Amino acid sequence: MSSYYLTIIGTRDNPLYEVEFSSFKPNSSSTSSSASASSIPGRAQFAPDVREILPFIANSSLDIIDDSQWSTSNFNLGRVDSFYGLVVNAFITQGNVKFVLCYDNVGSGTNSKYDDNLIRQFFIDVNDLYVKCLLNPFYRVNDAIVSPEFDIKVKLLARKYF
Amino acid sequence: MSNDNDIILSSATSMSTLTINEVSKDGFGYNPSVGPQSNIITPEASTFLLSSKKSIITNNPNSIYDKNIINKKNLEISLSSLAFLFCEMVNWCHSNSKGIQDLETRLNGLGYQVGQRYIELIKLREGFKTNKREVKIVEILQFIHGTFWKAIFGKTANELEKSQDVLNEYMITDNVPLMSKFISIPKEYGELNCSAFMAGIIEGALDSSAFFANVTAHSVPITGYPLRTVFLIKFDDSLSIRESLRS
Repeated sequence: MSSYYLTIIGTRDNPLYEVEFSSFKPNSSSTSSSASASSIPGRAQFAPDVREILPFIANSSLDIIDDSQWSTSNFNLGRVDSFYGLVVNAFITQGNVKFVLCYDNVGSGTNSKYDDNLIRQFFIDVNDLYVKCLLNPFYRVNDAIVSPEFDIKVKLLARKYF
Repeated sequence: MSNDNDIILSSATSMSTLTINEVSKDGFGYNPSVGPQSNIITPEASTFLLSSKKSIITNNPNSIYDKNIINKKNLEISLSSLAFLFCEMVNWCHSNSKGIQDLETRLNGLGYQVGQRYIELIKLREGFKTNKREVKIVEILQFIHGTFWKAIFGKTANELEKSQDVLNEYMITDNVPLMSKFISIPKEYGELNCSAFMAGIIEGALDSSAFFANVTAHSVPITGYPLRTVFLIKFDDSLSIRESLRS
């Protein structure tokens, strides 16, 4: 069961929003290993030392994103980076806001294509939410997104796709 | 007058300055001072997300997050109400401004925020299947001249030209600019053009797409079109370097 870390990065490379989550689906394979930690469905299960450096991993991929930003005209940049088993997928909007998703690649390799498609769909829906947030006149570009409703919606999307 | 200013100054900054001690009531909501720990999925949150009833916390029926903003129907508003609103905006800017240049800057600033939002919204409405990000100067200009203009003003702009003398300068011409359709400029205001607001929209859209530019509106009347306006777009020099690297 994979854990995910999503962060939205503003135009000045400032984080707007972060969330950690994991697959909500009832797990079949983890009965042996993490019986105690997996009591809460949906909570991310990164190791503490990995968890600390997640923002750094996300930020270190920004250089790669900046580079590919002008060489491709896709919104979804796909898999841009990997770091000791953590995979980094990225998405960039027309307004230069980046969505970065880091996840640990447990037990995949067989259906990574399928994963990438799911993540792409997830990003598109998060982008939809972001634009709705942007339409709020009290929200300005590059403000942190503190709305509880936005948080709920992102987590519901996470539940839907992962 | 000072009362008017008090109303307009929003508390937008205060909304994003949550302190480290503030904890959300229901376990949702990101706190930038705390980081991802602030909206970690608690057992209650997990149960809530997994349950089928979604109306416990989101009891606001008119939330923007529940609305479909991609819907293409009923997007038109009446021109007269828009003209009244714009009239009031010009009036408000005028009463605060120190001169014609200042007034244009203020109008530009108002439009800037509209542009920043609209470019994302229009890209979203176009859909992601057939769509792409604009990464070239010419392509984004064509996008603004065509799709963007049509989405905001209901028609495409009339001309898109490149300046012959100056590098990095482009011009978009609109024969009848929608916003200043009902505005006549008194003689003593000279070069004032209220389409500075529209220039601001373009500038906001270009800037947020990382095409840093300065956009100004100039009246260039010709016979038959007394309101004809040229939007002069001057791109930052760094853009041509970026273009030459990737071409």
